[in-house]
Amino acid sequence: MDDTSVIDINDLSLTFKTGDGDVHALSNIDLDVKPGEFVSLIGPSGCGKTTLLRTIADLEQPTAGDISVNGMSPHAARMSRAYGYVFQAAALYPWRTIARNVSLPLEIMGLDAATRQKRVAENLQLVNLEGFEKKFPWQLSGGMQQRASIARALAVEPDLLLMDEPFGALDEIVRDHLNEQLLKLWAKTNKTIIFVTHSIPEAVYLSSKIVVMSPRPGRIHEIIDSSLPRDRTLDIRETTEFHEIAHRVREGLRQGHSYED
Amino acid sequence: MKIKAVASKIGPVVIVVAAIVALWYVGAVIMNTPWQKDMYQRAKVEWTTSQLIRDTLAQKRPVLPAPHQVLEEIYKTTVLKKITSKRSLIYHAWVTLSSTMLGFIIGTILGIVLAIGIVHNRALDKSLMPWVVSSQTIPILAIAPMIIVVLNAVGIQGLLPKAFISTYLSFFPVTVGMVKGLRSPELSHLDLMRTYSASQWQVLWKLRWPSSVPYLFTSMKIAIAAALVGAIVGELPTGAVEGLGARLLAGSYYGQTIQIWSALFMAAFMAGSLVALVGFANTYVLKRMGMAT
Repeated sequence: MDDTSVIDINDLSLTFKTGDGDVHALSNIDLDVKPGEFVSLIGPSGCGKTTLLRTIADLEQPTAGDISVNGMSPHAARMSRAYGYVFQAAALYPWRTIARNVSLPLEIMGLDAATRQKRVAENLQLVNLEGFEKKFPWQLSGGMQQRASIARALAVEPDLLLMDEPFGALDEIVRDHLNEQLLKLWAKTNKTIIFVTHSIPEAVYLSSKIVVMSPRPGRIHEIIDSSLPRDRTLDIRETTEFHEIAHRVREGLRQGHSYED
Repeated sequence: MKIKAVASKIGPVVIVVAAIVALWYVGAVIMNTPWQKDMYQRAKVEWTTSQLIRDTLAQKRPVLPAPHQVLEEIYKTTVLKKITSKRSLIYHAWVTLSSTMLGFIIGTILGIVLAIGIVHNRALDKSLMPWVVSSQTIPILAIAPMIIVVLNAVGIQGLLPKAFISTYLSFFPVTVGMVKGLRSPELSHLDLMRTYSASQWQVLWKLRWPSSVPYLFTSMKIAIAAALVGAIVGELPTGAVEGLGARLLAGSYYGQTIQIWSALFMAAFMAGSLVALVGFANTYVLKRMGMAT
């Protein structure tokens, strides 16, 4: 096992037992993620990308294979609050104001009020939500709610950020904007990010490594290392290099489930 | 415009109330007529229809008292009597109200505690829930005297036995509602707590409890009305001398139908006010929690 890996997965499989027989959600997954990488998991629905992310987060249990997160078991990593998780829906608690939502994990960790207040302020500023502390979730737009949920994940101050299609429910304009902000955040904090998406441009624009997955059984089809520079703006999407990578991802996705046609 | 809006809201209510009152008067005349005719025959007096109607609405012990007779009785026993008097309806209402409230509070707490146990423990879920449900299939009129007798035997008297009957009726809706409420958080909200490796108590206190507040108030509305029924029923079989139940019982012993109806009115008014009070608390709390829509 590589000591410097944030995530090290070897020959991991996960089978759900259902009434209709076994569903092979993940099959023979090998993945290695180094510190500071931005890894996108992309694939059609049913390819197990969310299941893989949930396995890393110890929200699902693998049936075979090895997985380590920060050099320990996913369970130990979860117990030590090694990661922040951003769900597809913002999952803010409706009875808590934005500030108190961000403060929720800090309360559970048992931090004192002063530290909580400081971290809430810092992280709301990081996602440009200063001034919305006292608002309730329903008073914010979908994009702002998702930013608040990112602030909440960051408040834990994890080195690893797991994001499950966080911008999937948002319109393209808001999504572009949040993608740009997320890259800035990544550059500023140098966190390792695992990002689930089904959008090719999003994956290419954000990632340093793109994991193309295919369904039935859920497996990794291809891992594409991005040659794009770390420092990027939205304009990079007009370059030939961007289009080449996007093309490779698209080809990979097509090959991955060509038997369906 | 404003007057029109108010009128369109109140109009239907007024019409319905007027219809009920009119039907009531017709019913009172019809139901009180046989006795009145009997009286005329015995006294050998001639009578006209208008006289018959007037007399049927002014009997001392009518089969069905007219609305104005009930209102008059209520006025006499509330405004014109001292509150401390045994003949004051307010005094009796207060007696019933205090055991209602005590029983309701104990019942709500019991219901919440049971629900928390049921939600957190599979064994309790399987073993307790059937008992909770079957407890409500026993007629309260059958079990009320036994509760009073048993408690009396162990030396508990006064307010508590009656309150326990209210508890018996009111814990049930709270248990059922809170089990549903404590299980109402979305999967992603629960997953979030898992990613924080939160303890069961933290999940309960920070997620399950706040999620269940709307359910709690809905159950409490049902529970408080049930508690009032329990308190009144608790007063019936024990020969109690105080409380609305005692008034109902005394009224039926002596054929004082007007007294029965005025006690019933008072009970209905109390039930309505109590439910409305829980409703106001509901609105206030949900607004404070940012969940009022």
